[in-house]
Amino acid sequence: MNSRKTIEVWVGLFVAAGLLAIAMLAFKVGNLTTADVVDGYTLIAKFNNVGGLKAKAPVTMAGVRIGRVTKISFDNERYMGVVEMQIDGRYKNIPKDTSASILTSGLLGDQYVGLEPGGSEEYLKSNDTIQMTQSAVVLEKLIGQFLFSKASDGDKAK
Amino acid sequence: MNILLVLGRVVLGGIERLGRAALFLYEILSGSWELVGRFPLVLQQIYGVGVLTLLIILVSGLFVGMVLGLQGYNTLVKFGSANSLGLLVALSLVRELGPVVTALLFAGRAGSALTAEIGLMKATEQLAGMEMMAVNPVTRVIAPRFFGGVVAMPLLAALFSAIGVLGGHIVGVGLLGVDAGPFWSQMQAGVDFHDDILNGVIKSAVFGVVCTWIAVFEGYDAVPTSEGVARATNRTVVYSSLAVLGLDFILTALTLGEI
Repeated sequence: MNSRKTIEVWVGLFVAAGLLAIAMLAFKVGNLTTADVVDGYTLIAKFNNVGGLKAKAPVTMAGVRIGRVTKISFDNERYMGVVEMQIDGRYKNIPKDTSASILTSGLLGDQYVGLEPGGSEEYLKSNDTIQMTQSAVVLEKLIGQFLFSKASDGDKAK
Repeated sequence: MNILLVLGRVVLGGIERLGRAALFLYEILSGSWELVGRFPLVLQQIYGVGVLTLLIILVSGLFVGMVLGLQGYNTLVKFGSANSLGLLVALSLVRELGPVVTALLFAGRAGSALTAEIGLMKATEQLAGMEMMAVNPVTRVIAPRFFGGVVAMPLLAALFSAIGVLGGHIVGVGLLGVDAGPFWSQMQAGVDFHDDILNGVIKSAVFGVVCTWIAVFEGYDAVPTSEGVARATNRTVVYSSLAVLGLDFILTALTLGEI
């Protein structure tokens, strides 16, 4: 092999290894494989308080991720947070009376939407609204309630 | 009076050099279409600045990743979140250390070699000889080196980050006993392709342009003596490192968009 061919082979190897490294970063380190919901449909849920929920947060049912939050907006008439979710097209059989709640993964983790299936025979279609929702738990309110109940307990004891 | 004179001379000299460097870059880019038929020239330079820099990049990447694994583990374990080790290692490598350390090593290993080579060509009047034969040295000598460096840098940075993550895996999972499942799953959940990985690639591409530009300009602009070439090589490493660290802050501020 002459020297020019050697150089070409080495450069080919180098470029291939570099592209492979970018691909590894994209698929193994990054979330390119899980980023997109394939040909999904949209569901809407209105919450009294969306807490710290952000777009791109996972939507889960039975703990399995079945979709992603796409948009969070504000309903100016009913003063509620409107959460739009993209659900994976493979999961079409979500009952009409499904309830949605905003949960937290772990004590300090990110917030996500958990769907709890109902018993209805009818299924939600694209752009349907989930009727039953449970708002995010706001830690400050919880602590406030706890303190108030403690204080009133103390009054009774006297 | 004398101090003012020196100050003025230094400032004017700096501005003049900056202007010449910009014109030089324009000359490289405007003549670059001639490289279409001379692809082997670029290939040879990719070999020179890319393949020959590979070893130092891979070894440094592995060790940087391993150190990150060790340091990160010792801090994270205090908060009971050693499972996030993968995320910490991957984010610091992909966003910052990969592009920046690669660019610094590149300036030291490949940039200095480029400057010395071009400076010596000038000192031995090879560039003048080319002009005598109606060959434009900028398109024949400089442009292939410039584009070789520009192509090589993002690939080197990606390899650095990838092998660094593997290094973190070796230390975290292999030696310290972090579970491999959360190590990778937290990494995948936390590293965004667009926001983190693509930004790292853009950063390294910018650093590639800046480092190679400084290297070829310093070589071409060197005083054609052995001392002049030595000084030019020295300047390449210093200026490249400063430019990389300064630009890194600007690019990070722009991409995070919080300033």
